[in-house]
Order: sequence, then structure tokens, then C-alpha cells
Amino acid sequence: MDGAVKARSQPVVFDLARQQLRELNQFLHGDLRGVSSVTVENPDGAHSIAVGLNAPVKVEVNGHAGYYVAGMNQGGSVVIHGNAGPGCAENMMSGRVEVTGFASGGAGASAHGGLLVIRGDAGLRCGISLKGGDIVVGGDVGSFSAFMAQAGRMVVCGSAGEGLGDSIYEAVIYVRGNVTSLGADARLEPMGEDDLTAVAKLLADAGMEHSPSEFKRIASAKALYHWNADADLTY
Amino acid sequence: MCGIVGLLLKNRALRPQLGELMVPMLIGMTERGPDSSGMAVFSDRVAGDHRKISLYCADRDFGWSSFEGLLREHLGASRCEIKVNHCIVTTGADPQRVREWLAKDFPTVHVLSVGRSIDLYKDVGLPAAVADRYAFKRLSGTHVVAHTRMATESAVTPENAHPYTAGEDWCLVHNGSLANPGSIRRKLEKLGSRFESDCDTEGACRYLHWRIQSGDALETALEHAFEDFDGFFTFLMGTENKLALVRDPFACKPAVVAETDDYVAIASEFRSLAHLPGVKHAELFEPKPAEVYSWTVQ
Repeated sequence: MDGAVKARSQPVVFDLARQQLRELNQFLHGDLRGVSSVTVENPDGAHSIAVGLNAPVKVEVNGHAGYYVAGMNQGGSVVIHGNAGPGCAENMMSGRVEVTGFASGGAGASAHGGLLVIRGDAGLRCGISLKGGDIVVGGDVGSFSAFMAQAGRMVVCGSAGEGLGDSIYEAVIYVRGNVTSLGADARLEPMGEDDLTAVAKLLADAGMEHSPSEFKRIASAKALYHWNADADLTY
Repeated sequence: MCGIVGLLLKNRALRPQLGELMVPMLIGMTERGPDSSGMAVFSDRVAGDHRKISLYCADRDFGWSSFEGLLREHLGASRCEIKVNHCIVTTGADPQRVREWLAKDFPTVHVLSVGRSIDLYKDVGLPAAVADRYAFKRLSGTHVVAHTRMATESAVTPENAHPYTAGEDWCLVHNGSLANPGSIRRKLEKLGSRFESDCDTEGACRYLHWRIQSGDALETALEHAFEDFDGFFTFLMGTENKLALVRDPFACKPAVVAETDDYVAIASEFRSLAHLPGVKHAELFEPKPAEVYSWTVQ
């Protein structure tokens, strides 16, 4: 038994040029006692790398990942040293996912918890339907980001595209650069002390250096919270 | 779904390897489009007033050798390069005359493309099988536009496979779907376009070609398309000396571009680019929505 644990405490490397993705994910879904970190070589854009982690394991992906990398993460810490395809860290529950390059559309979609850090730009619909997770983007976010975001925070160090925060609920967005346009029911609000503290903490967690005072706060005007039967219903 | 693939070689020395570099890109998009695939390859233009005409016949036992004889008899000196049920005809005859002759004497032979530099192959089957069937690996040229299809709105048939062409040396592949292909088609048919398939993409191809023929720059033609197309799309287009790429304003469908000193490679996903030489040091980016990207053969 000691021997088995000892053997597994060695660095674990999966080379997807030679091994099946299923081997990697089955290993990650197995008994990870004694495993502190797993390295993935030659990901070459494969889909669903390290989805469904359910342990505080560290996964380093050396290269570009495809769709849904680190989706449904619960407690894991995943670093993608490259770019991520659509749906990176979607539905994350807890833990941390970091992308050193850019992330495609729908990054952090529906994330309930955890922290998603994207050092480059994020594509469209970043943080769509966010449910409590935190997202920090070093560059820009594409259009329709934080659409219907219900809870959680999004910090954008660059600029945001069209329709930011459309139909947003209780989530809060902080943007340092320009916002092309706000979505329905999203509005600019003054930054309070709590906001400055929150942004400072999230930037520190993400390892990014900006002054929190450079950020704008965007949150819900709450005009869509209740059905208004008298409203003009023509679209 | 569907996969799109494009490759334009900047480095002339690589041109003999165009097919070899491109086949793994096509196969990389198999999961996005396992039912049919096709490619348009652009190579040195034929001499003088000659044209290349890519033909297809569903019948694999079609008698191409007697066809070749009759072609020469009716249309003068012409050369046929036969690959299974495809034939690339190089001829000095007017392409319209060729079409009329085919319609009369060989109604089962379809024109896939006409131009000075385009050759076109498309068929049903897994991308690897189609690439093998027509020896894509051996193709050389300057640039290529290719597609793997997962049919969503019309049947799995060779004519519904991409690329689509209109006019000469113009082709288009599509990832996405249009909700108003009928109205686009009716509009174009009134203007004289003749459709050859049921696929929504044919309308997009003919629409953009019609706008460009009417004097629009590609960018302007696409501005009109954003108004007139109800649906989502990533389009990759090829002309005699260009590749052009555009995503709809909502960027519903993915695309990624890798550029080095040697090539520009485009695919729906990075996994189709991963094998390319030097890709680790390529400039990689995702095209922005509603922005037109184009690259010219030098």
C-alpha cells in the first residue's frame, strides 16, 4: 500500500499525443490520494480536458485546450498554459482555473463558485448566466458577457463589447476600460468602499496589478425584476 | 455543426505540400462533420482563355473515357483528369457551351466549379475517406478552402456538400445555418440564378457572388448579408488569389487563425491546426464578430 501511494506521489504526466483523453479523465476521477499534481502535454485543442474534477488536485495543461476545459470543476486548480476553447470552466463549483492566453466564447458560463482567471481576452458571452463564481479577465470581454448573470463577480481589466450585463440579476461587473454598450436593465453605479475592497482582492487573487479606483461598477437596475403589465410590449 | 478549414501558403517552397499539410486539418474536423466533405484547391492559373471545369457524376462506373472522346469532338481540344467519379476538364471552350452540352448529352454530370485556378472535389463519407478517394494529399497549389459537413437542414448528398461555387474562381464554405434560405433563393432566382442543391449555403454563396458581381466590395457585400441573412454563420471564401473569413455578428460559430511567415491557416478549432509546422510560434487569434478578414497570395 505504501509502495502504491509512494509511486503515485511521483509527478503524473499524461501526453495526449500518445494517450487517450479518457485515460486522463478517468485517472482524475479516480482515487487521487497522494497525487498532488498532474501535467498534460500536447493537449492540441482536445475537448473536455480535466472536466468534472472533484478533488483539490493541481492540473497543468501545457498547450491549447479545446471545448469545456476544466468544466464542472469542484476544488481543482487548473492552469492552461495557452488558449482555451469555448465553455472553459463552465459550471465550475469551486476551485481555480487559469488561462494564460485567450479564452473563446462562454468562458465561466453558469459557474456557481470558484475563480476563473483569463490573462488574455475572453470571447463573447463570458460569464453568461453566472451563478456565484468569480471571473477576472486581464484583457477584453466580447459582446453579451454576463448575460442574465445571477450571482458572482466579473472583473474586466480591458474593455467590454456590446450588451454587457443584459438582464443581469445580482451579479456585479467591474470594468476598467470602455463598455461598448450596456444590456437591458444593466446600469453604471458608483464604486463604494466594498467594491474597491472586492476588486483589490480579486485582482490580487488573479495576480494582476491595477488600481481598483480605475474600475466602474455595473449592476442591475432591477427594472426587470417584476412583470410590468402596463409596459409597452412591442419589440 | 460542421468544420471549416483553410490554408494559404505564403512560402512558395511549400506549395507542392499543400495537400499534405491540409489533409490532417480536414481530418481534425471529422467530429464536427462526419457525413460529407469537400475542398476547393487553387493553383496556377491555366494559360490563355482556357478554363478548368470540375465535374462530378454520382455513378462510379460512369464511362469517363468515352466522355473524353465526345467532349473533344463537340468542344475541341480539351484535357480530362479523371479521379474516380470526378473529372477536371481543361478546355478552351466557352464554359456556358460546356454546360449546355452537358445538360443535353450528359444530364447526370454536374458542374462543381469553373475558373482559371479552382479545382473542386466533394462527396459523402468521412473526411479521411473522401481525402483518400481523391488523393487530396497529392494536391499542390497556393490555397485551399475545405469543409466537413454535419447535415442539419438538407439531406446528406454530394450536391449538398460544401464548398459551393458561383461564377468563376469563387467558392464558399459555411458552418452554421440560415433560417431564411427560401427567401434568399427566391430573390436570386428572380435575378437569374440557377440553384443546384437544397442546401442553405448555396444561397449564401450565390448571394455574395451576385453582390460582388454587381460592384460591391466583399466588405460591402457582407454588410448586406448581415441584413439579409437570418441565421448564424462562419463563412470561409476563396477566390483566385484570396481567402476571406467572416463570423456573424453574434459569433455563434467558432474559428481560429494561425499565421506564420510560411502560411495562414484557418479552422473551426485549434485541434485542426495543432500538427502544422511552427504552429507553436504562430500568431493565434479568434476572428472578431462581423469583421472581414482576408489574406492575399503573394
